[in-house]
Amino acid sequence: MLTEPRTDASAAATVSAELALAAPTRLSIRGVSKSFAGRRGPVQALAGIDLDVAEGQFLCLLGPSGCGKSTLLALVAGLDFPDCGEIHTDGHRVTGPGRDRMVMFQESALFPWRTALGNVLFGLELKPGLTRAARREVARYYLDLVGLTRFAHAAIHELSGGMRQRVALARALAPNPSVLLMDEPFGALDAMTREKLYGDLQAIWSQRRKTILFVTHNVREACVLADRVAVMSPHPGRIVQVFDVALPRPRDINSERVAALASRITATLAGSLPTETRR
Amino acid sequence: MRRTLTFVAFLLVVGAIWESLVAMGAWREVLLPRPTRVLGWLAESLADGTLVTATLVTARRLFTGYAIGVVVGLPLGVLAARFRVLRDSLGVVALGLQTLPSVCWVPMALLWFGQTEAAMLFVVVMGTTWSLLLATEAGVRGLPPVYLRAARTMGSRGFHTILHVLLPAAFPAIVSGLKQGWAFAWRSLMAAEIFVTILTGFGLGHLLHYGRELHAMDQVLGVMAVIVSVGLLAEHLLFGPAERWLRIRFGLGG
Repeated sequence: MLTEPRTDASAAATVSAELALAAPTRLSIRGVSKSFAGRRGPVQALAGIDLDVAEGQFLCLLGPSGCGKSTLLALVAGLDFPDCGEIHTDGHRVTGPGRDRMVMFQESALFPWRTALGNVLFGLELKPGLTRAARREVARYYLDLVGLTRFAHAAIHELSGGMRQRVALARALAPNPSVLLMDEPFGALDAMTREKLYGDLQAIWSQRRKTILFVTHNVREACVLADRVAVMSPHPGRIVQVFDVALPRPRDINSERVAALASRITATLAGSLPTETRR
Repeated sequence: MRRTLTFVAFLLVVGAIWESLVAMGAWREVLLPRPTRVLGWLAESLADGTLVTATLVTARRLFTGYAIGVVVGLPLGVLAARFRVLRDSLGVVALGLQTLPSVCWVPMALLWFGQTEAAMLFVVVMGTTWSLLLATEAGVRGLPPVYLRAARTMGSRGFHTILHVLLPAAFPAIVSGLKQGWAFAWRSLMAAEIFVTILTGFGLGHLLHYGRELHAMDQVLGVMAVIVSVGLLAEHLLFGPAERWLRIRFGLGG
């Protein structure tokens, strides 16, 4: 009984340390190329990618399917390795997956055998030095953050598509990474749900200060979310142009300035596409 | 509840017709005794303990054999899903042996182990392992790769991944594999008990066998009824909770 208050205090300390903002990371990608074995010989997925993402910056990788944007994301995540070139986070070379870089996947990669809370707990359970109570408190904080407090014990199949991606976001945020990698996370959602999530993601991003690499093929989505938009073209995947998006936040997807920027970027995309259709 | 009531009513009607047909002398009771006589045998052997002892002996063999089959088949299934070499070797063997009716293991069991408990267990293990191995392998191999990728990004490795991702993700397939393995184990054991006469324990299969030897049709029918009940009961007790959990958590039917 005597030790109980002390463990409570230290648990509270670990929880607040755990929830402290992780300093955002600078991401640098240098001369990265990657090819895969295809049915007719090797396919060049990425060729000579150079890209820098500043601390706390929101960068969208925009391009048609097959331009290697998801491949690039997997390389940064450490799930795959570049044939040549290097990726660094704050000067540390990426050699594999790490808790400093969390991924939110396109389709729901949530674990159906766990509840919403259980999913958020998964990454925390692998983090050393956290008590059971501390983990639960941290997980609840992130479920609150994405607005799913009431659904902590819901089974995944009971949640709507939008709610699932919220859980996935909470799960990716929970280990407190400094880089968030998002692979078309809203691709499968309906327009209304998606627009709601744009607002929420921007709010969470400004609150938690992460460096975000966000893959999408949706031009408007990129314009609403990003500080910078890197436009990619396929065969081989490379970066055609990088746009700075200097629009004030929060942004409305239907605003004229977003629409104007989107049509400029669409023109660039279209200009880079004919090479593909000719092949 | 309604289903149970309907079924009980059905049993009573069929029993009544059967009983009156025998009473009218439609056939000789040596071939098919009246249901009350079967019930009488059941009550008698329950009272003198024969039935309980036989059921316990059979249950012990079944659980031991099944447990061994699970302990062998499940990890092999996971390994076969992970390693191509195992899949193309052991997997193919399992595919072949799974089609082998378990009675076919009896001659080998007898030659290797004689009339012993080991022979019984061998038959049950052979009946369980292969189907469980195949179900686990298919379940693990059919998993969406995104689960493993997600787990890796969160720092899951090796044994942790197997325990916390692969196995729970494959759980629906594993449960149906366990269920199939159970059915095979049960059938194998009955075959083994009917064909292998041993002195270390008198199981339900033996009771059935001696019912035939003694031309005691009431015993044959009574034991068959017990075998059906044990099978149904075990399936409900063992797999009912797992399937309920699957429905709630995974949202699966079945």
